[in-house]
Amino acid sequence: MIATGLLASAVRSGPPAWLRRSFGRAALAIVLPLAVLLVWTASARWGWLPQQILPSPIEVWQSFVDLAGSGELLHHTDVSLLRVVYGFAAGAGAGLLLGTAMGLSPTVEDYVKPLFTALAQVPTLGWIPLLMLLVGIDETLKIVIIAKAAFVPITINTAAGMRAVPRGLVEVAESFRFSRFQLLRKVAFPAAVPQIFTGIRYGLTHAWMALVGVELLASSEGLGYLLVWSRQMFWLDQMIVGMLVIGLVGLLMDAILGLVEARLQRWRVAGL
Amino acid sequence: MSTMPTRRRLRGLVLPGLLLMLWEITSHLGWIDPRLLPPIEAVVHTAVGQASSGHLGADLAASLLRDLTGFGIGGAAGLAFGTLLGLSGLARGLIGPSFDAGKQIALFAWIPLISIWFGIGETAKIVFVALAAFTPVALNTFEGVRSASVKLIEIGTVLTFSRRQFVTRIFLPSALPSILVGLQLALINCWLATIATEYFMTVGPGIGGLIIEGRERFQMDLVVLGILVLGLVGFLLNRGGVAIEARLLRWQA
Repeated sequence: MIATGLLASAVRSGPPAWLRRSFGRAALAIVLPLAVLLVWTASARWGWLPQQILPSPIEVWQSFVDLAGSGELLHHTDVSLLRVVYGFAAGAGAGLLLGTAMGLSPTVEDYVKPLFTALAQVPTLGWIPLLMLLVGIDETLKIVIIAKAAFVPITINTAAGMRAVPRGLVEVAESFRFSRFQLLRKVAFPAAVPQIFTGIRYGLTHAWMALVGVELLASSEGLGYLLVWSRQMFWLDQMIVGMLVIGLVGLLMDAILGLVEARLQRWRVAGL
Repeated sequence: MSTMPTRRRLRGLVLPGLLLMLWEITSHLGWIDPRLLPPIEAVVHTAVGQASSGHLGADLAASLLRDLTGFGIGGAAGLAFGTLLGLSGLARGLIGPSFDAGKQIALFAWIPLISIWFGIGETAKIVFVALAAFTPVALNTFEGVRSASVKLIEIGTVLTFSRRQFVTRIFLPSALPSILVGLQLALINCWLATIATEYFMTVGPGIGGLIIEGRERFQMDLVVLGILVLGLVGFLLNRGGVAIEARLLRWQA
């Protein structure tokens, strides 16, 4: 990226200002990682820190190549992603339903909210030992924990979004004699999308974190397991690879959600 | 809240009441293995036993001390870091992108590395809890400082504020609401992180340790007690945070 950027600016006689600006930004942004890499390499080269505390960047790279080449890395990533997809889908589906019901009907909210709030107070991690005793340490445990992690923020934000639908919009819909379903589909949902999306974003972040947590505690595959296993073997190079992949996947998921959100909200800009 | 009619508040008790009744009935009729679902009085009995023997108090104190120490260190560091990033364009350009990338690594993924770098004792635990506080405080402080209104900054310029005055009179007060949101998020995060350290690092005194112990000994009453305490402390921390926020932001109204 940087290399092609350099090339581009060298070839063109006068790059536009925005390109120069973003190039300047990228150059500045890369300084710190480069400096860290430099100190890290130096430290490995002259042995400032023992290998077991900080392996050299080359070892980390080698470890990445090995893990990727053997297909092991892909396998762990695959397992983790699938767990998140199932758990998140279950949690998000339930959260959207309950959040919509709570946001639109004060009666449902009266009945459900205190129980929901009480259960939501216990951190996701707290439920793991209880569920281990109840459902064992199989896939079910992971899916339930991930679903719970996504469920809470999505429910809260969906309910808040639905509650905040402007009264005027609802009145217009009523004067057009919209059915309940039409009201939901054409008015309430579109108006609540930004808030719902905030919930979905939090939900996905929490789900990803819960996945790592549950895999650290009870799993024999997946990225979290890769970390535990590396920790036990004192293979720090492999552990760092695992952490980087976890970060990268998190970044990608967030970016994809950002794109979906922008697309869902296009009409806002176009309409106003 | 207090203006809510009693009838509406009574509705909220229906579901929890039904659940508790169902729990009590199933455990007494033996529909579910009592080891999996101990009757409520067994949990109460365990709670009283743990509390009167002082175990519960010691566990709670250990967890809270860990939690608040980490929160204090991480929160202060996040505040300083966020302010720096908010005020200095150079710092923003240099460190911002790396920070953004780093925060993508799920919190728990740091545990193995921290436990190798800092051992598995108290230091490592506090480092991890501090990390849990750092990110939300830094992010929200940064956003708060950046959101200071241009008009206020202009007034400061007209009044020839010094740098220090700019920070203490304009940037930090405008950032306060956002900082408080960050601190509240950090408080929740830290409690989660405290439990995580007790799960993943050495088992010592602590509420997380209590739950793990209950699971290992297959004592469901202990596990349930631990979860109740977890939830209660989380709730109280949250409430405390909200109360402090309301008090500090009184001037806004």
